[in-house]
Amino acid sequence: MNQKFIEMQHISKSFPGVKALSDVPFTLDKGEIHALLGENGAGKSTLIKVLTGVEHRDEGVILLEGKPINARTPQEAQRLGISTVYQEVNLCPNLSVTENIFIGREHKRRGFIDWNYANEASEKLLKMFNLDIDVTQTLSRYSVAIQQMVAIARAVDISAKVLILDEPTSSLSAVEVQELFKIMRMLKDRGMGIIFVTHFLDQVYGISDTITILRNGEYVGTYPTSDLTRIQLVGKMIGKEYSEIDEKASEFQQQKKDKEVIMELKNASSAHIKGIDLSLRKGEVMGFGGLLGSGRSETARMLFAADPLLEGTLEIGGNTVQMKYTLDAIRNGIAFCPEDRKSDGIIGELSIRENIILALQAKRGVFKTISNAEAESIAQEYIEKLQIKTPGTDQLIKNLSGGNQQKVILARWLATDPNLLILDEPTRGIDVGTKAEIQRMVISLADGGMALVFISSEIDEMLRCCNRMTIMRDKEQVGELVGSEITEAAIMEYIAGGVQ
Amino acid sequence: MKEAIKKLTKAQIFWPLIIFLGILALNGVISGGEFFRLQIVDGHLYGRIIDIFRNGSKLMLLALGMTMVLATGGTDISVGSVMAISGAVACTIIEGSLFSFANGNVAFAITAAIIAGMLCGSWNGFLVSKIQMQPIVATMILLVAGRGIAQLICEGRIVTINSPSFYFLNGGYIFGFPFPVYIVVFFTALVLWGVRKTAFGLYVESVGCNAEASRFSGINSARIKFFIYVLCGTLAAVAGLIESAGIKGADANNAGFMIELDAILAVAIGGSSLSGGRFSLLSSLVGALIIQSITTSILSLGVAPEVNLVVKAVVVIAICLAQSPVFQQSFADLKFKFKKQEVAA
Repeated sequence: MNQKFIEMQHISKSFPGVKALSDVPFTLDKGEIHALLGENGAGKSTLIKVLTGVEHRDEGVILLEGKPINARTPQEAQRLGISTVYQEVNLCPNLSVTENIFIGREHKRRGFIDWNYANEASEKLLKMFNLDIDVTQTLSRYSVAIQQMVAIARAVDISAKVLILDEPTSSLSAVEVQELFKIMRMLKDRGMGIIFVTHFLDQVYGISDTITILRNGEYVGTYPTSDLTRIQLVGKMIGKEYSEIDEKASEFQQQKKDKEVIMELKNASSAHIKGIDLSLRKGEVMGFGGLLGSGRSETARMLFAADPLLEGTLEIGGNTVQMKYTLDAIRNGIAFCPEDRKSDGIIGELSIRENIILALQAKRGVFKTISNAEAESIAQEYIEKLQIKTPGTDQLIKNLSGGNQQKVILARWLATDPNLLILDEPTRGIDVGTKAEIQRMVISLADGGMALVFISSEIDEMLRCCNRMTIMRDKEQVGELVGSEITEAAIMEYIAGGVQ
Repeated sequence: MKEAIKKLTKAQIFWPLIIFLGILALNGVISGGEFFRLQIVDGHLYGRIIDIFRNGSKLMLLALGMTMVLATGGTDISVGSVMAISGAVACTIIEGSLFSFANGNVAFAITAAIIAGMLCGSWNGFLVSKIQMQPIVATMILLVAGRGIAQLICEGRIVTINSPSFYFLNGGYIFGFPFPVYIVVFFTALVLWGVRKTAFGLYVESVGCNAEASRFSGINSARIKFFIYVLCGTLAAVAGLIESAGIKGADANNAGFMIELDAILAVAIGGSSLSGGRFSLLSSLVGALIIQSITTSILSLGVAPEVNLVVKAVVVIAICLAQSPVFQQSFADLKFKFKKQEVAA
C-alpha cells in the first residue's frame, strides 16, 4: 500500500522571467480526493498542465503506479488514464449530448457510425451520474451544470484512473455543487483518484480528504483536511491573515453616513429592468444584492449606458444627463468593470499597456493620442500600485492569470480618474489573496472619496465591503439596507421575499 | 548586435520583404540582369521594376483598405466591383453620356467617381455595423450587384474615352517616376498618419480583437467599422480610376475582376491576421508587391499564359508555407536532426 497512485517528485518549470514551479512534490492515492490550493500564480495550473502533458517540465519525475511516465500531449495523458475537466466546459455546444460524449471515438458498424448504440451507451453512462436527459438534443439546450456533468461523464468514460477537476464549480449553484459532490464521492468509492482545484474554501472542507498548498511556485505542504483549520489554511495560502481587512472594513462601515449624493437614478428603465431609484454617494460603497439574474448586472449596465435608458432620468451633480454611448458615461466620470472578464473586459491580443490606456484614450478623444512614453509611465504606475505580476508592459494580457487580468481592467478604469466605479463580480474566479487585495482597494478608494457600486455573489464579500445595499429580486428593487442593518440575515430575508 | 538582428527578423515586415527581394533577385539571375535594367527615355524611367510598381499600384491601394477592414475582423469582397463602378462613372462623365452639364470635366469626373466609391463603402459599412450582417455576406451583395450597376452606368457598352489628362492617372510621369506611385505614396502616408498618429489604429485593433469589450471601454465599435468600410470603398474607387485610365475606358465586366482575392491574399502574405486585431499596413503593401512581381515575372519569363495561374498558385503556396510558424518549427527540427546525424556519423 506504500506505492502511491501518482507520485510527482522535484517538479520544476520556468517560463521566460518567471519560475512557475520549483522542486514541487505531489502525490495522489487511489480513492482520494485531493484539493490543490494556492493563490493565482501559485503554480496550481502549471502543475496540472505538467501532469497532463500540456506543458513540459524542466526537471522532475512523474510516476504512475510506480512506473515513470512522460506524457507529451493531453491525448497521451488521457491514454495513460489521466483526464481533465476544465472550468470552462470544453465541449461543442451545437452538437448533441451523444456526439459530445463519443466524438473522436465513435463506435462504427460497417464503416458507419452506429447511432443507436451510441445513444443507448450515453444514456446508460449518464444514468450512472443521475442524469436522465434526452441525449439526442444539442448540448447547448442544457444548463452549464449539466454540460459540466456531461464533460465529467465523458472524461470518466474515456479513462477512469485519475480525474482532474480544474475549478469545476465556479459557474454552478449551491444545489448543483452538491450534485457534483455526490458524483465525486461515487467515483472515489470506485477507486478513482481525484485532483480538485478550487477557490471556494467551503467546498474544500466539504469534499476533500487531503490538501496540498502551493505559494509562488513553491511547495508549502500537504495536510489531511481534518487537521487544518480554515484560518491556518488561508494563512498558509497567502502568508497573511484576513483579520486585518475585517478590522478596517468594520471601521469603515461605522463611519458617518449621509454623504453628498453625486448621482441619482429616478424611476429608470432599460429594456431589461424597470423602475429603479438609486442615490449614489461620495465615499460610499453601494452593494447590489440578489441572486444571479435578479437585475443587479442590468442596473449596472444601465448606469453605464451600455443598455440605453428608456424611461426615467439620470442626474449627475443635480443636472439631468443624457447618455447615448458608453463614452458619454466615461466622460461623466463613470467606470465599469463588467461581469464577464473574458468576453467583455480584456482585449486579449493587445498588450497590458494598451489595455490599461484604452479607456483613458477613448475619454480624451481620437486626436489627443497618448504618446508611447506617457502610456508606458501610466502602465508602470498601475503595475506597481496594483502589484500586477507581469514580465513587462509589452506582455499580451491573455498570457496573464485571471487575477492579474482583473487588476489590469481595474487599472484601465482607475486611469480615467472616475467619480463612480462600478464593479460587477470583480473577484469571480480569483484566488483568496487577490480577492483580499481587491476588497482592500475598494475600501481605500471609497475612503479617498470615490463612489462605488459593488456586485458579488459571495455574501461574505458584500458584508465586508458595502456600507449601503439595495436588494433586488426578479428585476425589482425590494429593499435598501444601510450601515449596521447590513447583515446576512437581513439580506437573505429580502432576497427570499420574507419582508414586505 | 545579435539582439538587433533578432529584433529585425521578428518584425512583421521582415519576411515579406525578404521574399519580395528574393523574387526580384531570382528574376535578375534568370534573365541575366536584364530584369534590373532601367532605361531613361524622355526623362521617364522604364523597366521591369518600374512596371511592378506601376501595375501594382491598384493592388497596393486595395491592400491598404483591405488591411484595415480585416483588422476590424471583417472582410470586403466588393472592392473589384467598386473599381468597376468608379471607372464607369468617371468614363461616362468624361464621355459626356452621364452628367452632361459637366462637359466632360476630368476633375469633376474623378471627384464623382470617388464619391461613388464612398457611397459603396457607406452601404457596406451600414450593412455591417448597423444591420450587423456578416461582412462576407454584406459585401457579397455589392460584389454581385456592383457589376450590374457599373453595366447600367455604361449602358451595357465598353466605354472608350479620349482624354490625355485622364490617362495621366496611369501613364503620367513626374520627376521620372510614374504617377500611380505618387498616388500610392500619398494615400499610404495619409492612412498611416490617420492610423498611427492618432489613436484610431489602437481603436481598430481593439475592435478587431474584441468588439464588445471595446464598447465597454468607451469605443464606438459600430462607428469605427462604418468608417473603415467607407475608407476601403474610397481606395477601391481610386484604384478603379487608375485601372480605367490604363485601359483608356471602362469595361464593366472585366475591371477589377477577382482582384478582391488578390487584395486579401496581399494582407495574408504581409502577415496580418485575417481574423482581426494587429495589422501592419506596410507589410500588406509589400504583400501586394509580391503578388504583382509574381505576375510580372511569369509574364517576363515567357511562361505560357495557360499555366500562368497554376504557377502563381504554387508560388503563393510556397510563400504561405514559408511563413507558417508550424512549418518553420518542423523545418528547424529537421535541420537539428540532420545535424545530429552528421555529428553521430
